[in-house]
Amino acid sequence: MTMPTYVGMPAFPKAARAAVADTRLRGNLAHATGTIRARRAAAVAELDDWAELRAAGKAIKDHTLAHLAHYLELLEERVTAAGGTVHWARDAAEANAIVTRLVRATGETEVVKVKSMATQETGLNEALAEAGITAHETDLAELIVQLGDDRPSHILVPAIHKNRAEIRALFRARMPSAPDDLTDDPAALAEAARRHLRAKFLSAKVAVSGANFAIADTGTVLVVESEGNGRMCLTLPDTLITVMGIEKLLPTARDLEVFLQLLPRSSTAERMNPYTSAWTGVTPGDGPQAFHLVLLDNGRTATHADPVGRQALRCIRCSACLNVCPVYARAGGHAYGSPYPGPIGAILSPQIRGIGSEVDASLPFASSLCGACYEVCPVAIDIPEVLVHLRARAPKRPAERAAMGAAGWALNSAARLAAAQALAGRGRRFARHARVPRAWTDTRDVPVPPAESFRAWWRRTRDGS
Amino acid sequence: MTARDDILARLRPAGGDPAAAYAAIPRPYLRRHHENGLLDLAAERIADYRAAVHRVTEADLPAALAAAFRPGAYVVPDGLPAAWTAGIDAARLAGPDADLEWAAGTVTGCTAVIAETGTIVLDHGPGQGRRALTLVPDHHLVVVRADQIAADVPDALARIDVTRPLTFVSGPSATSDIELSRVEGVHGPRTLEVFLL
Repeated sequence: MTMPTYVGMPAFPKAARAAVADTRLRGNLAHATGTIRARRAAAVAELDDWAELRAAGKAIKDHTLAHLAHYLELLEERVTAAGGTVHWARDAAEANAIVTRLVRATGETEVVKVKSMATQETGLNEALAEAGITAHETDLAELIVQLGDDRPSHILVPAIHKNRAEIRALFRARMPSAPDDLTDDPAALAEAARRHLRAKFLSAKVAVSGANFAIADTGTVLVVESEGNGRMCLTLPDTLITVMGIEKLLPTARDLEVFLQLLPRSSTAERMNPYTSAWTGVTPGDGPQAFHLVLLDNGRTATHADPVGRQALRCIRCSACLNVCPVYARAGGHAYGSPYPGPIGAILSPQIRGIGSEVDASLPFASSLCGACYEVCPVAIDIPEVLVHLRARAPKRPAERAAMGAAGWALNSAARLAAAQALAGRGRRFARHARVPRAWTDTRDVPVPPAESFRAWWRRTRDGS
Repeated sequence: MTARDDILARLRPAGGDPAAAYAAIPRPYLRRHHENGLLDLAAERIADYRAAVHRVTEADLPAALAAAFRPGAYVVPDGLPAAWTAGIDAARLAGPDADLEWAAGTVTGCTAVIAETGTIVLDHGPGQGRRALTLVPDHHLVVVRADQIAADVPDALARIDVTRPLTFVSGPSATSDIELSRVEGVHGPRTLEVFLL
């Protein structure tokens, strides 16, 4: 098992059609992405050297990926020396089994969780539930998604598809401590979440987190956050289990000088996010005394092997590409059928899952190739380039292959083209009913062929003169 | 084959010396975005995050801290200069092993401040306490000496030992999770007050 495809997930165009028709969803998305777009642009414009920081971010990540095995071994050595334990997982099932075993060994049946894309990807909460362990999401948006039995629809703000009135209704229905007079003021909703989670933080013995960065030559792990739920989970429990994709590495602590500038401004459009925590193994008398780091492959080594697709592994999960994408703003995150929606999801999901399912084969086509994503990407991932590359790899239907072959044959000879055009002109009244090849006609109107081709018209009106 | 060996084997190395290649990465970005006026910049940027900023002299600090106190006990870490809290009734101060859940607040120093971003860096050494001390109580009072102010992120990182537990604090806890509108005050301290000496 790699990243699970959501059961019964239809291909992107079908899922998007329903989302586009949902006017409330489109309103919520347009409001939220519009707000953050303008703020991000201002935060980035404040730094004169943004282009240089972006180039350095790309260069550092490319270097790390080129020497990934070396840096992973170094990280393992340093984390171990600092009192942590390193585990390796080939895929989601292995990662979930390792975390389940570690939680069971503590004798606990509840864990608190910091928002983590890696554990969304592996479906860890569901795997823990099967083992009788309850995972409490503590990030506000993740909590909203969890209380609503919902799915995340944005990397940074998983509940972006819900507005304040919907969140208020959900809290009233599903959060026992929510006051009767709870309003839809975001401050009141945040206060309700604070009260709901406070007791859990203070009593939790085990926490599960992701990681934004890990420093190979010191064994340091970092989590970047806003609410303080991350600090609670990383500080108060006795045992901390961190699940991290193998591409999250940076060679040295100096590299943070680039990424701690790129990430907050791209992601929440702030000069710096409210809280960043860093820890190296265990520190006697401060924080968890048992630390486990699970290094997750789950399709990343396969992505690494593709020279064009590899650049997707530079991603630092800022979500700037989602916020500028015209397709994401209309279709929303759920249509992408993966925890990674938007432009980055369209190149990441098919690569780490493989282009096997209908939804993964359709994702490289879920873009107008406008390039806005590339422009805002803080590590310069050329998303359009990878999309086109993956389109070529996506399986074609036999009818499309046959049609393309026939077109090539006809276009290769002037005589054959003339014959084909004459044929199309005679068959024009059937053209509007054409449904083959569908990869083209699903998203485009078939033009009705003219009764007479330009070449035929030229011959008829000019040849005689 | 173990998962470890399997994963490492699939990552074909690029060859060459990683250290030499790393040293050759171009870093043409700025070391700092502001040359002068760092104290003013730090005050402005910290206040931008809706933290309260007090600019005081060392002599005025005890009275300023006392005025900021709310009812209840404040936790004081080991190594905090005693002169800072001289203006406060000793019965109001609790040691670092106090029950944090019932403390009204905490008073600490810091390791560094990043003026450009308005960030306070704690390495939880003397005068700062273990991480829980500045996390559980709702009111965090931080004293910053002028020589602790770094111009920008690169300067600040060069001053820090990253192998210590670190917390970077930029304003009180906040969330943008509801409609991407920023709301202050979630799980971390809801009030942050900074005293710049």
